[in-house]
Amino acid sequence: MGFLIETVFGGLMTGMLYSLIALGFVLIYKASGVFNFAQGAMVLFAALAMARFAEWIPQWTGISNPIAANVLGFAAAFAVMIAVAWLIERLALSKLVNQEGITLLMATLGITYFLEGAGQMLFGSDIYKIDVGMPKDPIFLFEKAFEGGVLVNKEDLYAALIAAAMVALLALFFQKTATGRALRAVADDHQAAQSIGIPLSTIWVIVWSVAGFVALVAGIIWGSKLGVQFSLSLVALKALPVVILGGLTSVPGAIIGGLLIGVGEKVSEVYLGPLLGGGIEIWFAYVLALMFLLVRPQGLFGEKIIDRV
Amino acid sequence: MAKKIGEVILEVKNISLSFGGVKALTDISFDVREHEIRSIIGPNGAGKSSMLNCINGVYQPQQGEITFRGQHFKHMNSRQVAEMGVARTFQNLALFKGMSVLDNIMTGRNLHMKSNLFLQALRDPWGWGPADREEFAQREKVERIIDFLEIQAYRKTPVGRLPYGLQKRVDLGRALAMEPTVLLLDEPMAGMNVEEKQDMCRFILDVNDEFGTTIVLIEHDMGVVMDISDRVVVLDYGKKIGDGEPDAVRQNEDVIRAYLGTSH
Repeated sequence: MGFLIETVFGGLMTGMLYSLIALGFVLIYKASGVFNFAQGAMVLFAALAMARFAEWIPQWTGISNPIAANVLGFAAAFAVMIAVAWLIERLALSKLVNQEGITLLMATLGITYFLEGAGQMLFGSDIYKIDVGMPKDPIFLFEKAFEGGVLVNKEDLYAALIAAAMVALLALFFQKTATGRALRAVADDHQAAQSIGIPLSTIWVIVWSVAGFVALVAGIIWGSKLGVQFSLSLVALKALPVVILGGLTSVPGAIIGGLLIGVGEKVSEVYLGPLLGGGIEIWFAYVLALMFLLVRPQGLFGEKIIDRV
Repeated sequence: MAKKIGEVILEVKNISLSFGGVKALTDISFDVREHEIRSIIGPNGAGKSSMLNCINGVYQPQQGEITFRGQHFKHMNSRQVAEMGVARTFQNLALFKGMSVLDNIMTGRNLHMKSNLFLQALRDPWGWGPADREEFAQREKVERIIDFLEIQAYRKTPVGRLPYGLQKRVDLGRALAMEPTVLLLDEPMAGMNVEEKQDMCRFILDVNDEFGTTIVLIEHDMGVVMDISDRVVVLDYGKKIGDGEPDAVRQNEDVIRAYLGTSH
C-alpha cells in the first residue's frame, strides 16, 4: 500500500509539471486561437537564458551571493521572454491577423526552430546547470501508517507546490483583473473586442509574455532536475496529450489532465510494465490521449463545438 | 417633444466600396447631425451593413472620405474609431459568450480605465491598490447601465445562456458602457418578436433622449424605422435612392419600387 501511494505521489509531482507546460498551450490558445507549437522551444529558451544569466551576472557585476544572482538571472530571463513575446507579435502575429488556424500553427512551427537555434547560438549548446537551491534529499511521510513510510523527493514536492501556486495565480489573474477580462474578451471575439477599443496587439504581447513566464518557471524546475539541455524542448511533446485530455480551452482541464497523465504513467509503468516488458511511460500518455480523442474529442473540459446547420 | 438637433457631426462623402468585382457601395454621401436618430434602410443586400462597417473602420472604402467632428478617418481600424467615441452593436451577436452579463458590459469600460494593463494585473483581493478603486468606480457606471436596460436579474448569467432578445440588450449595454458620442446599431431588432421590438425601440429612444447620444440605425423593418427616426437614408443595390424625413421618404417613388417591386 505504501508503495502504491509512493507511486501515485511521484506521478502527481511529474503531472504538476506537465500541467505547467500544458498551461502555456492553453493560455495562448484561449487568447489568440493559436496552437502554439513553440511552447517547448520557449521552455528551452527561457531555461537557457536563466542558466546563463545566473552564471554571467556574478561575473559581470561581482555579486557573489547566489540568491541575488538567481533573482537577477530570473529577472533578466523574464525580460528576455517579454522581448521574445513582443518580437513574435510584431514580426509574425500582427501580419497574420484573421488568417486560418493552420497558417498560424505553421508560423509557430517556424518560431520553434528559430527559438531553438537562436537560444543555442546566444546562450551556447552545452548542458548547463540551474541551481536555485532546491533541496535534493528525500523525506519520509506516514511512517506510522505504513512500514518504511512513503518516500517523497523534497525537490519534487517544492516543484509541485510552485506549480500549484502558479496555476492559482493565473486563474486569479484571468478571472479577477480587468486585464484578464480583456484577455477573455479577445479570446471570445477578436472583432467585437476591437470595436470596444481593446488593443489586440497589446493583449497578444501580454499573453505571450505570460506564456513566456510559465515557460520560464517550467524550464527552471525541469532544468534544475535534469540540467538545461536541448531535450527540454521535447518535454513539450509530453504536454500535447495533456492538452488533448484536458481540452485546449480549459485551464482546469490542463491541470487535471496533467495530473491524470502523470499518475497514469507512473502507475502503469510500475504495475503493467513488468507484464508488457517495460517502457510504458514513454507511450502511455499518447495512447490515453488517443482513446480520449475517440470518446470525447473536445477533451474533458473543452467546449463542445456545435455547428448550426 | 422638442429635440435639440445640432450641427453635422458625421459626414460621409462619395463612398465607394467593392469586393473584387462586386460593388457593395457606389458613391454614397450623407450626413448625421448631433443628437439625431439617423436610419439607413434598404432591402437585403442593399449595402447597409457595409456602410456601417466603413464608418466603424472594419472596411476601408476604395473611394470617398468619412469625417467625424472635422477629423478624417481613412485607414483607421475599429479600435481607433472606438477611441474617437464611436460604439457599435452587431447584427450577428458578437458577445463574449463565456463571460457573464456584468463582465461583458465591463469590457466596454476598457477605454475609460486609466491605470494601464500592467497596473491592473497587480490587483489585490483587499481593494487597496489604485486599480481596485478604479474597478469599483467603473462598476458603478456599469450597474447604472444594467438598471437602465432592466437586466438586473441576469447580472451573473453567462450571456451564451440568455434568450436572443436579452443578448441583444447586453450587446447594446456593452456599447453604451463606452459612453459613445455616436452609437451605430446594426439591425438591433432583427429576429425579435413584437414585444421585444417595442422594448428595444423604447431603449433606443431613451438613450437618444437621456444621454443625447447620436444614433445611426440600420434596419430593414420599415415600420419601426419610420416611427423612431429623425431622418432616413435608403439604399438599394449599393446606391442611395432616398434621403430625408420619414414622411418624405415614404412617398418616394424609387423607395416604393425597391420595397414593393415594380409592376410591369
